[in-house]
Amino acid sequence: MGQGFRRMATMVRKEWLHIIRDPRTLGLVIFMPVMMLVLLGYAVANDVEDLPLAVADLSHTDASRALVEKFTVSGFYLVTHTAQSEAEILEMLDAGTVKAGIYIPEDFGRRISTGGSGTVQFYIDGSNPTVAQTAQLAAETVSQATSQEILVQRLERGGAGLTISLPIDTRIRYLYNPNLRKMNFMIPGLVAVILQIQTLLLTAFAIVREREQGTLEQLIVTPVRSWELMLGKILPFVLVAFLNVAMTVGVGAFLFGVEVAGSLTLLAILSLIFLLGSLGLGVLISTISQTQMQAMYMSSFIMMPSFLLAGLLYPRDNMPWVAYYAGYLMPVTYFLEIVRGIMLKGVGLATLWVWVWPMAVFSVVVFFASVFMFHKRL
Amino acid sequence: MSIAIESLQLIKRYPGQKKEDRPAIDTIDLTVESGQLYGLVGPDGAGKTTLLRILSTVMEPTSGSARLAGFDVMKQSEDVRALLGYMPQAFSLYPDLTVMENLKFFADINGVSAQKQKTRIDELLEFARLTEFTMRRSENLSGGMRKKLALACALIHDPKILLLDEPTTGVDPVSRRELWRLLSKVIQQGVTVLVSTPYMDEAERCNTVSIINRGRVLISGAPAELEAQLPFRIVEVKAKPRRALRAVADRTEGVIRWRAVGDRLRLSVSDPAKVMPRIEAELKKDGAEISILREASLLMEDVFIHLVEKQEAQS
Ligand SMILES: Nc1ncnc2c1ncn2[C@@H]1O[C@H](COP(=O)(O)OP(=O)(O)OP(=O)(O)O)[C@@H](O)[C@H]1O
Ligand SMILES: [Mg+2]
Repeated sequence: MGQGFRRMATMVRKEWLHIIRDPRTLGLVIFMPVMMLVLLGYAVANDVEDLPLAVADLSHTDASRALVEKFTVSGFYLVTHTAQSEAEILEMLDAGTVKAGIYIPEDFGRRISTGGSGTVQFYIDGSNPTVAQTAQLAAETVSQATSQEILVQRLERGGAGLTISLPIDTRIRYLYNPNLRKMNFMIPGLVAVILQIQTLLLTAFAIVREREQGTLEQLIVTPVRSWELMLGKILPFVLVAFLNVAMTVGVGAFLFGVEVAGSLTLLAILSLIFLLGSLGLGVLISTISQTQMQAMYMSSFIMMPSFLLAGLLYPRDNMPWVAYYAGYLMPVTYFLEIVRGIMLKGVGLATLWVWVWPMAVFSVVVFFASVFMFHKRL
Repeated sequence: MSIAIESLQLIKRYPGQKKEDRPAIDTIDLTVESGQLYGLVGPDGAGKTTLLRILSTVMEPTSGSARLAGFDVMKQSEDVRALLGYMPQAFSLYPDLTVMENLKFFADINGVSAQKQKTRIDELLEFARLTEFTMRRSENLSGGMRKKLALACALIHDPKILLLDEPTTGVDPVSRRELWRLLSKVIQQGVTVLVSTPYMDEAERCNTVSIINRGRVLISGAPAELEAQLPFRIVEVKAKPRRALRAVADRTEGVIRWRAVGDRLRLSVSDPAKVMPRIEAELKKDGAEISILREASLLMEDVFIHLVEKQEAQS
């Protein structure tokens, strides 16, 4: 172990020398995230349909059921969960299982039937502004239409329907991203992208370069073990990636006012787990590529679909089902939910667990597979 | 005498090579005794690099086995690596690191203690005459200096066996001589050296030589022994005009083949006593002016050309 650790440290030292001897690449590596922040800041808008909706109907009346029905019929929402309290709805929004929630209080039905005005609380996950805006519009339209129907019914019944006020008063509350700023949506996404690109590409390159230069041939005949070699190559890039995350989060906070709502430590730890998988992929790519060019193409082949399907630019909720489920095969998908959860919602590990464990399983499996598959041979 | 390097029925077929093609290494049996300077001579594409890569555990053979100091290159590769120094054909040090950084890296990674490094690095810098260039990046070294640095890096951990793949290719004649001088020093320290080269004159410096072509060993033995085995002798001729000389070499009976070396022709003849007068007569008949006509000693090159032509004729 002592010997092995020394050899790994030697690899790390050497890798550092390569990094600092190539200032152009280093500059690119450090400033790429900021460039991407600006470039990707202009996210592409998209239509919204079948947003998962949680319903807490405490009123249990025809009136409340009719209102919920209207939301479903509108096509914008799909009732996927039922809840018993506002707290439960908030929990689901925290976990990301639903994107919106409607809370109908106990007295809603009574107030409507007595000709009064019932108040309904509507929640929208504002993390993704394009989705949220459409969701708000949909909620307003639906509740207004329902109100008018009730009004018409009252007038037909000829009751004392002289109140001018609309019967349903929908209060909409944005969670997580009250100002609906796109930057809030983009910055967590960028953290994920940067980690993925930096680690995957840089490790793949660092190993393939040894192959191209012919130095791998020389390394093979030294006593360095595969895992020492791998870790030695990887560790400096973990550091670079963390520097990048810190810069992105920093620029996000100071320039764009996007503060991290949750725990920075948790963000760092979960990032590390994600990194493991990304680095592993980089190593896998390097074992099957002979040249840096090949590694480059192979990496894009992995990264492109993962960014599209993970919901970085387009909300996953609006994707066709094939793309939606394909997204679950990409570790970035999970990590994106985690980063958004921590940065925007400020939620903890308990809530994020559904996203954390698949990502952790993926990372560990890929990492060990890559070290195992890397043979010290040409 | 113990055996340092040994291969048995070694075959290497690259993934790109089809079943019907001759493999890059086609059943090679090799035995190198400890303390020897052993030469592998062969033309481009003979399989020298492939063989050295297998022996140095860099590549796995398709079949067969090989042992270095008794350790199997496949099953005991880590033991082999501990006592092996290897210098690949292509420059394979870090171009962006300095001479000193390269030496230090290979010392550290080979587990040479800090204390030992102090003396060893100085010793090797001195040995390779690189002391003044320690701060220079290796990409800025001349071809000869690169080779010497690579040799120094391969020797940093005091290997018992040294495998060198064409250490003198692409190097000027002065550096070539210097590299061979360095190699003889290494041999004096009891290291077994297996060196590949496309140059025949270098083969003559080895204790034992194996001539390989198209993946097979054609013949092995001490250079002098190999020369003695040839079924012909060499006659050296210099005459003007050269065109006439060539014509005579072509048509005279008893000349097996000839080749130009510098300003003269080397003729392979079955019996010099009979052939030399014929040549003299023919040349005079054509009005050529003879300045040299004598029997010359055999060179490795002659052995080599003979064997390769024989093999080519057979297949
Ligand atoms: N990676 C490879 N894939 C397929 N064939 C290969 C590969 N490497 C070498 N060969 C073939 O194997 C044969 C032996 O090549 P090798 O490099 O061992 O020869 P060599 O004697 O070292 O030649 P040189 O003097 O050019 O270095 C050649 O015919 C070559 O084309
Ligand atoms: Mg070669």
